[in-house]
Amino acid sequence: MVVGGGVAGVQAALDLTELGYYVYLVEKSAAVGGAMAQLDKTFPTNDCSL
Amino acid sequence: MNQFLFEMANIRDQDSWVHQHEPEKATAKAKDLVRMAVARVRGEGALPYNMVPVTKSALVIGGGVTGMTAALAFADQDYPVTLIEQSDMLGGNGRNIYRNWKGERFLPFINDLAARVTSHPQISVKFNSAIKDVAGSVGKFSTTFSDGQSFEHGVAVVAVGGEPYQPEGKWQFLHGVNPNVHTLLELDKKFIDQDESLKSIDQAVFMHCVGSRIPERPYCSRVCCTHAVDAAIKLKELNPEMDIFMLYRDVRTYGQRERLYQEARGKGIIFVRYDLDHLPQVSEESGRLMIRCHDPIIDADIAIQPDMLVLATAIQPRAQSAGSLSKFFKCAIDGQGFLLEAHMKLRPVDFATAGVFLAGLCHYPKSMEESIAQAKAAAARASVILAQDAVPAESVTAVVNRAKCTGCGVCTEVCAFNAVSLDDNGLSVINTAMCKGCGACVAGCRSDAVTLKNIGNEQIMAAVDAAFCD
Repeated sequence: MVVGGGVAGVQAALDLTELGYYVYLVEKSAAVGGAMAQLDKTFPTNDCSL
Repeated sequence: MNQFLFEMANIRDQDSWVHQHEPEKATAKAKDLVRMAVARVRGEGALPYNMVPVTKSALVIGGGVTGMTAALAFADQDYPVTLIEQSDMLGGNGRNIYRNWKGERFLPFINDLAARVTSHPQISVKFNSAIKDVAGSVGKFSTTFSDGQSFEHGVAVVAVGGEPYQPEGKWQFLHGVNPNVHTLLELDKKFIDQDESLKSIDQAVFMHCVGSRIPERPYCSRVCCTHAVDAAIKLKELNPEMDIFMLYRDVRTYGQRERLYQEARGKGIIFVRYDLDHLPQVSEESGRLMIRCHDPIIDADIAIQPDMLVLATAIQPRAQSAGSLSKFFKCAIDGQGFLLEAHMKLRPVDFATAGVFLAGLCHYPKSMEESIAQAKAAAARASVILAQDAVPAESVTAVVNRAKCTGCGVCTEVCAFNAVSLDDNGLSVINTAMCKGCGACVAGCRSDAVTLKNIGNEQIMAAVDAAFCD
């Protein structure tokens, strides 16, 4: 089980699935992404994080 | 649907984004791109999903703290590991450092780590070793060492570390000439050896950014500000009456290390800023060190005659990173010779080459805790491959039309993956398990006998015809 659906939680969940585990990802809000999803540009590559 | 029946007309990246200000021409180009994609996909066929069985073992290159941490991470999951080290001792650069910014000593930690590595039943350590050759790809590499032995492994972690810049030219500051000029690592050796002479020093000067953030080495070495400030505090612990000056360009004691900087200020350590146009001048006057510099805050030239000058020198990559290693594992390097990850954010410990990962100073100057975290991350990412029984291999491989092949052998020479050979009849054969679909043999064949599946002349000519049909 991964608690928290921000970028760290989502990446951990994806890595675990690649290892072959079934993962429960628990997120308190209605969508994954957390604070990261609110960023328009991220340093230093200026990618939009969405 | 078989994924090789899919063809993408990328009208976003290659069209609407690049031609934002010419919508009508962009629409015409979009039509061309779609028509070309349709023409290509018509000639395509379903391809098999090739798989390579995974050899469940790992190769770790470099026996420093990073390499040992990665090796233990694999071995504790019960994967056999071969750890190769160029010297006759585990520990690397960490053995030359006295303590970290939290005051924790390195040597006991490194000795403990080395003991766990050497006694672990799943780890075999090869000392005084280098890599001579690497064959194969993700899932099954075969690496030959300098002693001629070879090892088969499914994944590899590169952790060859970095090395200290040796002061030279205008950054030499009498290092190697005057016995009282040391690098930070040389001062650390005195701390490790509990050199009593340090207590009798009345005045010491630290020079930051020696060889860092200059045109030849434009990067910040990240750890030297913290290291210098901590060494200055250690000198104050040995002799609280000592006068200490820090000549700096910008202090980058980042994050919680800022508290260390505050502590240094609180202990009376004086920070004097310099810039590249006003480099401090170091000379010898009647046998004593003399340092002249400009203090911008009081706008005055100052002269210091310290008993000791310590240079916080840059971290630079090892020559083998950009040399043999990047060739063997086909990994990218940056302009300085540091190894380059596949993506700064999305794949920070992967190389673009599948199955090869990186960690530690060979990637960029960083603190030991960051190297350890990166080593664990690299081992975890690599374990994703080791946990599987087989990994996908290239499906778009070369095929030989044996009726056209003249057996000239050019394809065997241009193949970088040793996937092509001549059979008993002297005709070319492709080992599809090793073929990466790069197309070098296709371009090299003078008889037009080799083609890549789904990227044959028919598809390419059909796309060209579609592009110019109107």
